[in-house]
Amino acid sequence: MATVLVVIEHAKGELKKSNLPAITAAREIAKHIGGEVCFAVLGPGASAAAGNAKMFGPAKIYSAEHAGLENYLAQPYAKVVADIAKAAGASHVVAAATTTGKDMLPRVAARLAAGMVSDISGVVDGKTYRRPMWAGSVIGVVEIATPIQVVTARGTEFAAAAPATGAGAIETFAADPGTSKMHFVRFDATKSERPDLAEARVVVSGGRGLKGPEGFKQIIEPLADLFGAAVGATRAVVDAGWAPNDLQVGQTGKVVAPELYFAIGLSGAIQHVAGMKGSKVIVAVNKDEEAPIFNVADYGLVGDLFKVVPELVEEIKKARA
Amino acid sequence: MKILVTVKRVTDYEAKIKIKPDGQGVVTEGINMIVNPFDEIAVEEALRIKEKASAEVVVLSIGPKDAAQQIRSALAMGADRGILVEAADLDSDAVATIMAKVVDKEKPDLVIVGKQAIDDDSGQAGQILAELLGWGQACFASKVELGSGKVTVTREVDGGHDTIDVDLPAVISADLRLNEPRYASLPGIMKAKKKPLEETSPAALGVVATPKVLVKRFEEPVQRKAGVRVPDVPTLVAKLKNEAKAL
Repeated sequence: MATVLVVIEHAKGELKKSNLPAITAAREIAKHIGGEVCFAVLGPGASAAAGNAKMFGPAKIYSAEHAGLENYLAQPYAKVVADIAKAAGASHVVAAATTTGKDMLPRVAARLAAGMVSDISGVVDGKTYRRPMWAGSVIGVVEIATPIQVVTARGTEFAAAAPATGAGAIETFAADPGTSKMHFVRFDATKSERPDLAEARVVVSGGRGLKGPEGFKQIIEPLADLFGAAVGATRAVVDAGWAPNDLQVGQTGKVVAPELYFAIGLSGAIQHVAGMKGSKVIVAVNKDEEAPIFNVADYGLVGDLFKVVPELVEEIKKARA
Repeated sequence: MKILVTVKRVTDYEAKIKIKPDGQGVVTEGINMIVNPFDEIAVEEALRIKEKASAEVVVLSIGPKDAAQQIRSALAMGADRGILVEAADLDSDAVATIMAKVVDKEKPDLVIVGKQAIDDDSGQAGQILAELLGWGQACFASKVELGSGKVTVTREVDGGHDTIDVDLPAVISADLRLNEPRYASLPGIMKAKKKPLEETSPAALGVVATPKVLVKRFEEPVQRKAGVRVPDVPTLVAKLKNEAKAL
């Protein structure tokens, strides 16, 4: 039976939420080709991850641990994933379009002489996919011409996979990561009490209208605190050093689709909108009534954000009381 | 030391992109073309290494004949010479395949690319190239430090920053915060006109680069329904509470 292999990311056995939309994309592909979904888990905690992944009903889970996989590195990980794909006779290799997926999967594709399509937003059939291009202003319908296909799936475009039944047979894979020209030095985690941008239910983003980093403290954070929200930023603001890189929402930053997105003092350039137009409800506050953000906002308020947002914080507190 | 940097000719990010009526392409007439912004960052990083460690910076573009303009921009910033491989019908794999042939010829110690092209948004070519060459890679670089026979790179990844050492030769892809590219000076622009720019083709290089991904057509994205303007904060809050049920 044709096999769609999903590369499952985990942290010492705990599955990352980013896998769930990728599993949905894999299931859609499998349906088109009359195939089954299998998982690959690599690195320390792989056997625990395999156990945790059973609830999503794959036919099989390949679990690979090896000293050479101690820390994630694209070269050895791509080799082992490609080896698993060959062993599984996979026709498709799928991963979430996370930084790991983007980093690793092109190497997997090259090893399998497979065409790869990045960041798919839809599956048309077993070899045709939709994907955003030109910052999402164009949707490309693309076909992979090779027998083996590699795709990364955009997390905001596929629903999180629900649990399912499946054989879930766990196979310990004898990994051979080969000689790596890459060597892990360290990982510095971003410390924040706020939820992950890609997973937050509510996001409050600020743009140049905030006039400086203090604007984030005084205006964005109190509003974000009301909702336990994540904070986002435009590329201009990150460029200016008012916010760190991993808060950037947009075509070349993070793509998010929360329940509620506040766009504060940002004009709504195509590149930013590309990263948030999938949000369920968008609220925009900007003093420029012509700002393009108002074209995508469900609720738009033209006004001075330095007056409007503090008032908004107070009114929301009252409305909840 | 030799550094190979790639620049792609792309549509200006401020341009409004329209799909051709037959859906078989986008309208490029009247659109300003630029160097892909992440590739400018790549060129800048190469120039900084050149200034510190004395290197030759070779700029490569694979694309239409007019991409020579983008190579000249990079030369104007300070790169030493350019190579234009005139080719069409490319996907990331075909680009990487051609790049691998150029790398074979030029034998650079470092290849620096932009993390993604802002037209295609695929972000694959650098990684495919690294795998084809059996090299290590450091993608989404926000800091690059040259060492002895290796490069130490800090990368922007989900959840934080990851620092890795990669043996040379290696492929690096540049992320936004790696540096701020310099503007070409007027003397730089004048000098660039005289710098060598070799024009070649895949056939002349002896490489066949067949795309593995084919674009069938382009479609309009689904548009969001237009929303409403609210006159004041109390109205906004009432709508968020009662209509959107988002409070």
